[in-house]
Amino acid sequence: MTTTEKTTNWTALLAFVLMGAYLGVIFVQSEVVSWFRIQEMFRFQSFHMYGIIGSAVAVATLSIQILKRTGLETLAGDPIELSPKAWGDSRIPAARYWMGGTLFGMGWALLGACPGPIFALIGAGVGVLVVGLLAALLGTWTYSVLRSRLPH
Amino acid sequence: MLEALSAPWPWYVAGPLLGLIVPLLLLVGGKAFGISSSLRHMCAATPTPDSWKPAFLRYDWKGSGLWNLAFVVGIALGALLAVSLLGVPDAGQSISAATRADLAALGIQDFSGLVPAELFSWDRLLSPAGFVVVVVGGFLVGFGARWAGGCTSGHAISGIANLQLPSLIAVLGFFAGGLLVTFGLLPILLG
Repeated sequence: MTTTEKTTNWTALLAFVLMGAYLGVIFVQSEVVSWFRIQEMFRFQSFHMYGIIGSAVAVATLSIQILKRTGLETLAGDPIELSPKAWGDSRIPAARYWMGGTLFGMGWALLGACPGPIFALIGAGVGVLVVGLLAALLGTWTYSVLRSRLPH
Repeated sequence: MLEALSAPWPWYVAGPLLGLIVPLLLLVGGKAFGISSSLRHMCAATPTPDSWKPAFLRYDWKGSGLWNLAFVVGIALGALLAVSLLGVPDAGQSISAATRADLAALGIQDFSGLVPAELFSWDRLLSPAGFVVVVVGGFLVGFGARWAGGCTSGHAISGIANLQLPSLIAVLGFFAGGLLVTFGLLPILLG
């Protein structure tokens, strides 16, 4: 074992737990964690989900522009950086984004939950989502094995 | 007082509050909002011999991913807090009548709670529909998110907010896949 100077910063971790909890409350109370709401969205039968995602994107876009233009720093005094999403090297344009995206969308419509809501549903007491989480981990592991053979 | 907080929160309240997590994470921790990476960190943290792990899962997950794991634990705790104080929302009752009618035609009868009991319960897990929805659905969420390099949070929210074209393409893919399942697969699966 090599000795490292790095120790776990518990205060920072607690801050992330609290920010996650903030999100968890919103996820449940806005019902975006609900399979019913996801069905309603994919059937274009209510503005609810589109309004939530749309206004979240609007607020996030505006916030990022403000952060970039004011040059604000993180609490720790580091510059704020957002690394751009890279184009892959496959000859099929944007292969990973639309192929992976389509498979993800199929999973989203079946399970009625993307990763954040999986954790929220477990917290909300929908126990069988533990199996959904294990399946998602298996999916992640399988991707990791096949990664070099998939177009990106 | 709690009455005012009961579900469903309207989109114009929930959406902006959700969007604020992006600057909050950047300012407090210098982190880009994204949730599905936590699945990779969990795989990387699995206590198996390193030789069992593909290269993609061999990295310093404590250094790069501990914050993300704390974040998803927080999401579960926040959800627990919400249902403890305010009860489990009956989302099946608040969706539009048209959706309820469509789902009823597919055989969904229980519209209480957040998910239909016909698909999400331990004794339905091994029925064809329950298995495909929970296990195949979960698998595709994990596989697809990593292949696409992000999920709803990383692409649809942070990615588009940072004006990333790849994220927009990914989101179009999310919808293509979602529509394929909703109008192609679900009627066969539940019919």
